[in-house]
Amino acid sequence: MSIIKMPALSPTMTVGTISKWLVSEGDEVVSGDILAEIETDKATMELEAIDDGEVSKILVQAGEQNISVGTPIIVIGDENNTTKISHVVKQVQSGNEKKEISNSDKITISVREALRDAMAEEMRLDEDIFIMGEEVAEYQGAYKVTQGLLEEFGEKRVIDTPITEQGFAGLGVGAAFGGLKPIIEFMTFNFSMQAIDQIINSAAKTLYMSGGQMGCPIVFRGPNGAASRVAAQHSQCFASWYAHCPGLKVVSPWSASDAKGLLKASIRDPNPVIFLENELLYGEKFEIDGENEIVPIGVGNIVSKGNDVTVVAFSIMVGKALNATKKLAENGISVEIIDLRTIKPLDIELIINSVKKTNRLVICEEGFPFSGIGSEIIAQVQEYAFDWLDAPIKRVTGQDVPLPYAENLEKLALPQEEDIVNAVLNILNEVN
Amino acid sequence: MNKLVNTTKKNLKVKRKKTGRPLKESDVNLLSKEELIELYKQMLLIRRFEEKAGQLYGMGSIGGFCHLYIGQEAVVVGMQSVSLDGDSVITSYRDHGHMLACGMDPKGVMAELTGRESGYSKGKGGSMHMFSKEKNFFGGHGIVGAQVPIGIGLAFSHNYKQDGFVCMTYLGDGAVNQGQVYESFNMSALWKLPVIFVIENNKYGMGTSVTRASAGRSLAERGKAYGIPGLEVDGMNIFSVREAGKKALDYARKGSGPFILEMKTYRYRGHSMSDPAKYRTRSEVDAVRQQKDCIENLKEILQEQKITDDHFKKIDSEIKSNVSVASDFALDSSLPDEKELLTDIYI
Repeated sequence: MSIIKMPALSPTMTVGTISKWLVSEGDEVVSGDILAEIETDKATMELEAIDDGEVSKILVQAGEQNISVGTPIIVIGDENNTTKISHVVKQVQSGNEKKEISNSDKITISVREALRDAMAEEMRLDEDIFIMGEEVAEYQGAYKVTQGLLEEFGEKRVIDTPITEQGFAGLGVGAAFGGLKPIIEFMTFNFSMQAIDQIINSAAKTLYMSGGQMGCPIVFRGPNGAASRVAAQHSQCFASWYAHCPGLKVVSPWSASDAKGLLKASIRDPNPVIFLENELLYGEKFEIDGENEIVPIGVGNIVSKGNDVTVVAFSIMVGKALNATKKLAENGISVEIIDLRTIKPLDIELIINSVKKTNRLVICEEGFPFSGIGSEIIAQVQEYAFDWLDAPIKRVTGQDVPLPYAENLEKLALPQEEDIVNAVLNILNEVN
Repeated sequence: MNKLVNTTKKNLKVKRKKTGRPLKESDVNLLSKEELIELYKQMLLIRRFEEKAGQLYGMGSIGGFCHLYIGQEAVVVGMQSVSLDGDSVITSYRDHGHMLACGMDPKGVMAELTGRESGYSKGKGGSMHMFSKEKNFFGGHGIVGAQVPIGIGLAFSHNYKQDGFVCMTYLGDGAVNQGQVYESFNMSALWKLPVIFVIENNKYGMGTSVTRASAGRSLAERGKAYGIPGLEVDGMNIFSVREAGKKALDYARKGSGPFILEMKTYRYRGHSMSDPAKYRTRSEVDAVRQQKDCIENLKEILQEQKITDDHFKKIDSEIKSNVSVASDFALDSSLPDEKELLTDIYI
């Protein structure tokens, strides 16, 4: 008997949905036959049979959502081995029931859907908005963020480009000069390095160089930072690169409602905006605030109130900081977490006010430490709140190395929850 | 821009006495004497303006990089004379001529060169970074080749809005080896964007001659792989420029896609003001000046059309006076207010 399990079909896939079974119970299959179509976080993929035999049991029906990777989905061969099959069936059913209950008591939306909804809502309001990038149209987005946009808005406004980042980034800048409002998707921000001259020299500086005549209303968006096991060239945080340059706004949300509200604000902003998403957050679900809500650029958010230490984070590090806070709360430590949401302009006032209350500061970012966002915050905090600090400021950052591939090394290179816990404990000990 | 509308004129016999180069008689004959004079004046304005800029640079009134257009005037004046109001223009940093040909005010351009508050960019852009939304002039870009993707973006916006206009994207022979130029060729051909790539081949990318920098036979053929038609054009002859420009503009305007014009031209001055000019001989420059000068050539034609020496003197003094007014205006203008340092970073 061979039990086929839900396979991991992308580096970040944790759950999948069987959109269609192409075989029925009782069918004879040979190795290479397509058994099913599976929808992953990125695409719809075909699942092939590896062994020959009869389909004895289909364990997960088509359309069932969010089947965890590793869950048995179909049994091929040895139909007489009923005990084992019924055992597997039982396992699957109980697993699914559990998931449904946890999903049914909240109205939630994934970050991916929030981003898509933000673009769709704005595109409905303004004909001058278009989205352009690699695989944004027919493929429905390399990470499915633009799913459904081609169908609704057509090929005039949802445009697949060749693999030509410098070219289409520059094209977007020209279109913005010409009166349109482009959203340029980088499949990941790693590829924006091909286009960085157009972003900095053309998009960011022209307003100034033209004495205020030529604005560039454009959004460059896409996943930023490390994903999962894709190694050095595909895993880098660009927050500090872009925040360094005058003329750009840099946004990096964590939650779904911030992703939506800030993307809408970015599209409406008359300046060039770098919108840094995170691949690992795309599938994460959050309760979402009311529809059409705009989150202003440049305003941070206290996601957890506390008194002992201020922890500043953005993007994926906010979730890690929240988990760390729960552990710290067990030890009676009260942490205030600030989600920056926008990197530039920086909401330094929010940080200063919190530091004046807690007198201790830990800054978390996934990027490299040298000249990072943390470095900038430290510089400003010592300038504006030096007398309120009871301990040196601590940073929790990625290691100053190209991101390694090996699982254990990757984990060591990236900042983890334990690192935040340790930094907070450490900063408290400094004064004790 | 479209001051030079085609008007049918009776055939005038045009004989070239000095250079012996054949001219397209048709275009000469299509234009009225007044229209020919207007072309002459525009080219002369650029030349005198650039000479003045060179002087001001020498006096220290203009700083930084300053790239003069002297010698190449027929290219931009010819192209702009066959374009429509509403067509957009973008170029690199040898851009003063383009601005004047787009109808921008010489006073504002000179004031920008001298870094004054009355300059087109309030003194914050300088020679290489000037823009006029009003005149559809989109710069003025300091990075070699970077204006090309932006140019196809402007063409994309014309296409998106279906406004019937074309973007003229000027680039030099030095830019044609930048990768983003080919990214732009590909996308503009793929999507049939209304753009003309005007390659101003003045034979030297800074100090490196085209033959030492560019493989292949002709820059006009650089779009061949993308199916983009190209023409080699005598860029020292304003009538050849106009004829090729009309053809390319018609092609792009009717939705057939991009077109490449390789304008064979020549700059008399150095790459920038600090160019020691070791890469070419004095006699090479002099030969072009004497035999192919675009302004002298048009002057001969005008002389054949019985424009008197007095008339030429009048034109000369009118242009000189315009340039002096621009220069005085610039030098009399204030430096930008120190408060301007921190404005125009965001809207």
